[in-house]
Amino acid sequence: MSVQFWTFLFVILTFGLYIGIAIWSRVRSTQDFYVAGKHVPPIANGMATAADWMSAASFISMAGLISFLGRDGAFYLMGWTGGYVLLALLLAPYLRKFGKYTVPDFIGDRYYSQTARLTAVFCAIVISFVYVCGQMQGAGIVFSRFLEVDIVYGVMIGMAIVFFYAVLGGMKGITYTQVAQYCVLIFAFMVPAIFISILMTGQAIPQIGFGSQLTEAFGGGYLLDRLDGLSEQLGFPAYTEGQRSMQDMFFITAALMIGTAGLPHVIIRFFTVPGVREARKSAGYALIFIAILYTTAPAVAAFARTNLINTVDNVEYSAMPEWFNKWEATGLITFEDRNGDGLIQYTGNAATNELDVNRDIMVLANPEIAELPNWVVALVAAGGLAAALSTAAGLLLVISSAVSHDLLKRAYMPEITEKEELLFARMSIFMAVLVAGYFGINPPAYVAQVVAFAFGLAAASFFPAIVMGIFQRRMNRHGAVAGMIAGFGFTALYIIYFRFVNPAVDNAENWLFGISPEGIGSLGALLNLLVAWTVCRFTPEPPAEVQALVAEIRRPEVD
Amino acid sequence: MCTTIAATCEFRTITIGDDMPERNDDAYWKANIRLVLSLLAVWFIVSFGAGILFVEVLDNIRMGGFKFGFWMAQQGSIFVFIVLIFVYINRMDKLDERYRRSGSDREDSTQ
Repeated sequence: MSVQFWTFLFVILTFGLYIGIAIWSRVRSTQDFYVAGKHVPPIANGMATAADWMSAASFISMAGLISFLGRDGAFYLMGWTGGYVLLALLLAPYLRKFGKYTVPDFIGDRYYSQTARLTAVFCAIVISFVYVCGQMQGAGIVFSRFLEVDIVYGVMIGMAIVFFYAVLGGMKGITYTQVAQYCVLIFAFMVPAIFISILMTGQAIPQIGFGSQLTEAFGGGYLLDRLDGLSEQLGFPAYTEGQRSMQDMFFITAALMIGTAGLPHVIIRFFTVPGVREARKSAGYALIFIAILYTTAPAVAAFARTNLINTVDNVEYSAMPEWFNKWEATGLITFEDRNGDGLIQYTGNAATNELDVNRDIMVLANPEIAELPNWVVALVAAGGLAAALSTAAGLLLVISSAVSHDLLKRAYMPEITEKEELLFARMSIFMAVLVAGYFGINPPAYVAQVVAFAFGLAAASFFPAIVMGIFQRRMNRHGAVAGMIAGFGFTALYIIYFRFVNPAVDNAENWLFGISPEGIGSLGALLNLLVAWTVCRFTPEPPAEVQALVAEIRRPEVD
Repeated sequence: MCTTIAATCEFRTITIGDDMPERNDDAYWKANIRLVLSLLAVWFIVSFGAGILFVEVLDNIRMGGFKFGFWMAQQGSIFVFIVLIFVYINRMDKLDERYRRSGSDREDSTQ
């Protein structure tokens, strides 16, 4: 049976499951809508957090990026997992103890100021919108590539599904669909990885296959040694050597870690569990569930790279397998026979290289490159959709609660009833889905670059403000607001300058301390801390009731 | 680093209820900070240390098919992160247990 048959089958089955969960988990109160009634068990919350966090980028792009970056790809791996240590130790338990619904809730109450609340609402909405557009686009790409549906219809189908379960079930619906989506995406990621690992190294566990000897058919020797050798032979740097400067690696990793811990859609997941103990536990489970994919990804990257080189280098173009021509038709693989010998020369030298492979297709094309059965190829499509939709839903909820709860209920229309607030929450999800869908169909040219924006901004605004709110009782509203504005402003200007205003000078010579725009969020966070601390020293201390709130957050929980 | 600033900036304590739980809260908080700082030290050493700053040196050590520095950067540090969070969960449960028992006559206003 064809790939397309299997893809339709898997997509229809998984979508049916998501809709079933949505109908089962309809909600009627704002508490259910915003934080799933605080009834989510830690394991379920761990899975939901993992699906919430792992987006189309983690599922589709990351392994591909690593396979072209070699060792430097480690900044994604450490950055996007190390952030959970910060989240578990510095944020999650305290925010759960505080026990409200949103991140701006905490910022607004802790810093006793509507300015602080509105600054936080602004940051949350900007960060989440930037992110959600990429997810919608990811869903559209999977639809159009695997089902040969037009990308516009692809995005619209994705929008309709997310809209259905987010509006009906709010956080409760989102949480339990995310649990299902985690299962789908991890199965879809692991099955091809295990197949390829067995094929190439005889090891069923990809994490071990990564450091094992290749089978005879692949030429024997350790995989990584062979890959280093192949890379150098073709004029690429050795796979296990780094290219980026040490300080740039350092700051990018830090920015991704701090950014991860500061992303509002991840933080609010910890409001959904019954208590502080469960918040700590679910951070641990979340990291385990994430690590299953994140420790497999570098193995997949190395397998895919070796396989690609073996398949294409110095082979006749006319002898290329079907997948090669299929991806060539989409423009994601391009081949130009420069020396006219009919063979493909794939080299690290721009003058003689004849092949260009888009990084995004490595995971999608990997099962085909390894000649795996059709149903495995189709699984990847269902997994990619699960990853994109689960993250999109979490982000849409942040946008909706920022509007209906923080902006309307807590700031401008405090007199509305719970029923009206719920209606506003549903309406704002509806609006957010429409806007996200619009950008999914008409993506701004710079979507990929704007993602660095989201992390940098989260790192430079939310993370320091929340951490100081918990660990520094003396921190007052003047300090926090000044810090957030300084950090956010500096990071935004740096990225805008190098990426949009003057991209010609975007290189290591002109960067501040050699830090690329991807890594600048960590400097922004540092600036936030320094500004906040300095301003705090010269302004009055927070009122007694706020200091009592901080003391309360730090106390052990009483059952 | 955030916590060092917090430690120096904290020159004021406020009293709620009787004196006994207040001193208890301080001890609980100090034990908590010590735990968090030592876990973050390990977190820093395995990721920024082994995975970035000393990766070249550690690459001289072989571990089967891996160079050790490369392995720490791409896999090892992630395993350590998991262990760190579970050590934290375990220790904090114990700390909570101990301090809850000795000073628990107030109600939890956030619940």
